[in-house]
Amino acid sequence: MQTSKETKLDLYRVMLRIRAFEEQGFESFRKGLTHGVLHLYVGEEAVAAGAIHDLRKDDYITSTHRGHGHLIAKGADLGRMAAELHGKETGYCRGRGGSMHIADLSLGILGANGIVGAGVPIAVGAGLASKYKGLDRVVLCFFGDGTIATGAFHEALNMASIWKLPVVFVCENNLYGISVSIKKACALDTLAGRSAAYGIPGVCVDGNDVLAVREAANQAVDRARKGDGPTFLECRTYRWYGHFTADDGKYRPDEEVRYWKEQRDPIKNFAAHLRDTKEAAQEDLDRIHQEVNQEIESAFRFAQDSPPADVSEMLKGVYHRAAGL
Amino acid sequence: MRKIMYREAISEALREEMARDENVFVLGEDVGRFGGVFQSTARLWETFGPSRVMDTPISEQAIVGAALGAALAGLRPVAEIMFVDFTGLAMDQIANQCAKFHFMTGGQAVVPVVIKTQGGVGIGDAAQHSQSLEAWHTHVPGLKVVMPSTPYDAKGLLKASIREDNPVVFIEHKLLYQTVGPVPDEEYTIPLGKADIKREGRDVTIITWSKMVLDCLEASARLEKDSIDAEVVDLRTLAPLDLETIVRSVEKTGKVVIVHEACKTGGFGAEIAARIVENAFDYLDAPIKRVAAVDTPIPYAAPLYRAVIPDPEKIVRGVKELF
Repeated sequence: MQTSKETKLDLYRVMLRIRAFEEQGFESFRKGLTHGVLHLYVGEEAVAAGAIHDLRKDDYITSTHRGHGHLIAKGADLGRMAAELHGKETGYCRGRGGSMHIADLSLGILGANGIVGAGVPIAVGAGLASKYKGLDRVVLCFFGDGTIATGAFHEALNMASIWKLPVVFVCENNLYGISVSIKKACALDTLAGRSAAYGIPGVCVDGNDVLAVREAANQAVDRARKGDGPTFLECRTYRWYGHFTADDGKYRPDEEVRYWKEQRDPIKNFAAHLRDTKEAAQEDLDRIHQEVNQEIESAFRFAQDSPPADVSEMLKGVYHRAAGL
Repeated sequence: MRKIMYREAISEALREEMARDENVFVLGEDVGRFGGVFQSTARLWETFGPSRVMDTPISEQAIVGAALGAALAGLRPVAEIMFVDFTGLAMDQIANQCAKFHFMTGGQAVVPVVIKTQGGVGIGDAAQHSQSLEAWHTHVPGLKVVMPSTPYDAKGLLKASIREDNPVVFIEHKLLYQTVGPVPDEEYTIPLGKADIKREGRDVTIITWSKMVLDCLEASARLEKDSIDAEVVDLRTLAPLDLETIVRSVEKTGKVVIVHEACKTGGFGAEIAARIVENAFDYLDAPIKRVAAVDTPIPYAAPLYRAVIPDPEKIVRGVKELF
């Protein structure tokens, strides 16, 4: 598949945007400007950027506790995301959700989710609605390697398959469920092998190669959009940080972490590709970097300058159209 | 007025709402051609077809999760969980997802999902098919919990639940399906959160819901012979709770007996008693009495399960303790 220079530069920009958001989010957390937990997506940027790039605005995604990357790739507003981390009234969830519950229904983002596996049946329901209404909207369902051990995963994949729903199951295999290696949680060498049990095609790609992810995801999306049913797409990747902000990730061998950071960095390697093919000079990449940094800076400034979440409004939010409790 | 069965009232409500709004559909185990194990979706499949009356695999978690996803994408699903005992299998999707999505997303998500299920002791269904688990659901902010006792209430409340923009746990009772009652031909809905006084009385307020309403009415008839005039308040909806009707009745009678089929410890009766103490203590001239199931799994043999759950005799005894 030929990829235009513009598309490549856009993919590069999205990956940078995700990483910069995460690094700044971590910085704000360390400074005590935000609280709770952050599950950083650094190292996995190519999956979200590649898989989501060609989705339509009216297509859906479901996400996970490690959701910032998916949301940014689907076009979520960086300022409202940052404001949510800061617990501000201007945040996507008006401070009621935090990092793990950011959603933008207007962009088809059906929510990050704090429960491992829970987004998978929800994605199936969105796919069911698309088919029910005779629309050709597709759902990209993101989840981690840990999810494949849940009952929700099994129930949902079976349902998507028997009903031939337009859902692409994107498994981000970052090799660990918190501290436990996937080798101790799954007997298969390739998680995509699970798909055979549901009669769903399974594909495994290098999740740190943004072009490979995009190509595989687009094929699966086309298949779903045509009404040919779901695909399981395993993207092998790695998270640079621990599972969450208070986890130093010491259960992983140093040389393994170093390998993924130094040799398998999806952004650095893609930058090298862009320079090798002469599609971008270092100055072009630097300029993108600067632009992204400005976006992130202004997003976090917006967050810090926003008013705090409004306690008096909160009780009206438990039920739709409730006047109070 | 014509009289129809509780299960017919339920299928009629579904039929009318599905005809009114093409976004309404039913999914669940055996709800299709079979019409549901209690026949509460009977003959909907013939009218609306398999795409709107969807038989699912035995996957409670995915049934509710798919309903939520479909609701987020603009549909109005009625997800049937065959027994309330099985809601445990779907509890993450009910309590962590459906109940919280509107709140967690800062009001963006609207979740018009009805989780239609049934509970209560039948005729020897034993410990895993007989529970009254409403308190599990009332404990979760964001859910509404409806438990109708009559065909009339079942129809009107189910129609209102389907039109509701919040997740509703709609709990029928397996022994009520074949009961018969008046249901008008004309369309009507019953707003959620409004109790109904099924029998007016001056001497004692009996607060109850679901099938126990029938037992309380029978008990009240017996109490009348002993010159005790009982008022029977059928809550119909536990969440939101119609505290106003409760307080007004307590003000009138000064005595309260709460009757439920769920076991006593942690039952919703405890919540009602606490609310009365908080809001109507000065009206009470006797301690609040609870008549509830014994704290045990529901046994199989008839003498055993009858010993566990309340019945008119036990309710009469409970009321008389206050006189």
